[in-house]
Amino acid sequence: MTTDETAGADNILVIKNCALITLATGRRAMNLRELGLELAEVAANSIYYHFWGGLLRPSFADPEYQNDFAGWALNSLHDTRLAERLAIVDPTTYHDLEDLRRDLIDIVEDRIEESEMVPWARREQQFTFVESQIVVFDTEIRVHDPAALVDLLPSLSAGAIFYHFIDARRRNPESIDDFRRWLLGFGDRYAKLIQRIAGLDPHFGSLTELREELSRIFRSYFEWERQ
Amino acid sequence: MSGMLDEYARVVGHDVIRELRQLAKALQGLTVVNVNSTREGGGVAEILNRLVPLQRELGLNSLWETIAGDAPFFASTKTFHNALQGVETMVPKSMLDAFEQTTQTNAERLHDLLKDADVVFIHDPQPVGLIARVPERRGKWIWRCHIDVSHPYRPVWKYLRQYAQQYDASVWHLAAFAQPMGHPQYLIPPSIDPLAEKNVTLDPVEVDRTVEEHHLDRGRPIVVQVSRFDRFKDPLGVISAYRMAKKYVPLQLVLAGGGASDDPEGAKVLEDVNTAANGDPDIHVLLLPPDAHRTINALQRIADIVLQKSTREGFGLTVSEAMWKEKPVIGGNVGGIRLQVVDYQTGFLVSTPEGAANRIRYLIRHREKIGEMGAKAHRLVLENFLLTRQLRDYLTLMVAIRSGSKERIEF
Repeated sequence: MTTDETAGADNILVIKNCALITLATGRRAMNLRELGLELAEVAANSIYYHFWGGLLRPSFADPEYQNDFAGWALNSLHDTRLAERLAIVDPTTYHDLEDLRRDLIDIVEDRIEESEMVPWARREQQFTFVESQIVVFDTEIRVHDPAALVDLLPSLSAGAIFYHFIDARRRNPESIDDFRRWLLGFGDRYAKLIQRIAGLDPHFGSLTELREELSRIFRSYFEWERQ
Repeated sequence: MSGMLDEYARVVGHDVIRELRQLAKALQGLTVVNVNSTREGGGVAEILNRLVPLQRELGLNSLWETIAGDAPFFASTKTFHNALQGVETMVPKSMLDAFEQTTQTNAERLHDLLKDADVVFIHDPQPVGLIARVPERRGKWIWRCHIDVSHPYRPVWKYLRQYAQQYDASVWHLAAFAQPMGHPQYLIPPSIDPLAEKNVTLDPVEVDRTVEEHHLDRGRPIVVQVSRFDRFKDPLGVISAYRMAKKYVPLQLVLAGGGASDDPEGAKVLEDVNTAANGDPDIHVLLLPPDAHRTINALQRIADIVLQKSTREGFGLTVSEAMWKEKPVIGGNVGGIRLQVVDYQTGFLVSTPEGAANRIRYLIRHREKIGEMGAKAHRLVLENFLLTRQLRDYLTLMVAIRSGSKERIEF
């Protein structure tokens, strides 16, 4: 999708939905050295998936270790120090996935360097690299007025939230979500709302929680505006 | 909205069905042919029984064909099935001949339909060879493997791989099961059907009747494991865990399963289980007929805690069945159980009978946790392991594979 289609010529927000389907890559790592080697070669799409795909998978645990690499370091290598270093990596600050790849490899190599032995996992707990394809489809919902999102947001699917709030950062040249990008099209009118959305951290919660937070931000903003 | 989709909307919500309709727009009128080996019995038939009519309701021309075979053919495919799950077994040439001959006969019968189909799903090893007999294929062919092939007996796998590799893509339950193939390998976990007899809401009267029939005492906690009498399901480990836990908390154990009568290994396991139970009136070993779906349903609802203490497991859909009924599950830390049991959230993952015993004691002592975990378990299944999610994955897969191997597909 081009960005113009999201925030269309008449500044209309085109609501889309998406479905992610995962594929095996055949790449696996049983110890930290293998993880480093595979990270150097695996498709960038796979690294992206291991940071964000968790949002679309069954999960309740470890919100502080949201990316799969940190989760594996914690649960399978039992290396808390490494898990903490990997968990702090924020993919939203990278414009290029190759930079993200390089930083991950650095963290892994640093850890190998300072360890007396290479941390390893049991065979059934090896890290399995997967990647994904994203299928985007139109919901036929069009939004002309930002205030309309107060009622609409709570009913959007997890897939739509993923598409407009997470996937958008990879699509949009400014690396921001579709909501902010669309609101910017109204000039300074919604500057405060844009600022509040920017403060929403997509890392520590599920897509349902993200939707609730977004809904709360829009609702409270327009209540404030009415007053 | 009409028909079956309406019924599912009442369970999963209208928004989920609306999404399916939106996704299916890209597939309107496509002829999709599913081929497996039987219309009745087994998980694949159970799923196709629902998936095919649902796809038709969504506007796809979805069809379901089965291959016909004689006893020697099914003997060969049973051998293949065991070998794919790691059993070392000799396959005589006569077996391969029976397999090839039956494949050829079925290919001749189904040739025109398969040749012209837009998408063909071939399920499991029995019909895998059809692809080689339909060289002028118009559509995309997908091999759906429902078996745990993580550690296959290599000679048999190599033989079947010559066919599997010819497909445009394959589908596996888990990444750990996928074998190197040289084509896209999609990952789609299985699902349970909330409207099937095994999972529908039961009248309390029917549940009470099951309690009475099996002489259970609802005044004391009940732990249930539903599975075939198979060593990999570790029924002896379950009895051992029950004994350890019972020293501290009052307890009854139900081990319910079927299919042992025609399986020599199963009969032996059942005998061992009865020996281990040693006449304990609080251990209920139930050998149920294959169609006892409502009894299984009732037993899962009666349970305070459900166990699935497997030492090896493909996916273990009995876990999702129990979770759907709002039960915490204490499961073996293996295979697909790990995907369903989120440790400390929807139940506990354990590696030993001792671990299972500890968790049983903990949950019986902290009964509020049973409700909390059960509610989370139900939500997890609602969002991830119902038939509508699998249907959505299949629709996504069809859109994706028809668009080539692009990372992003829009319509």
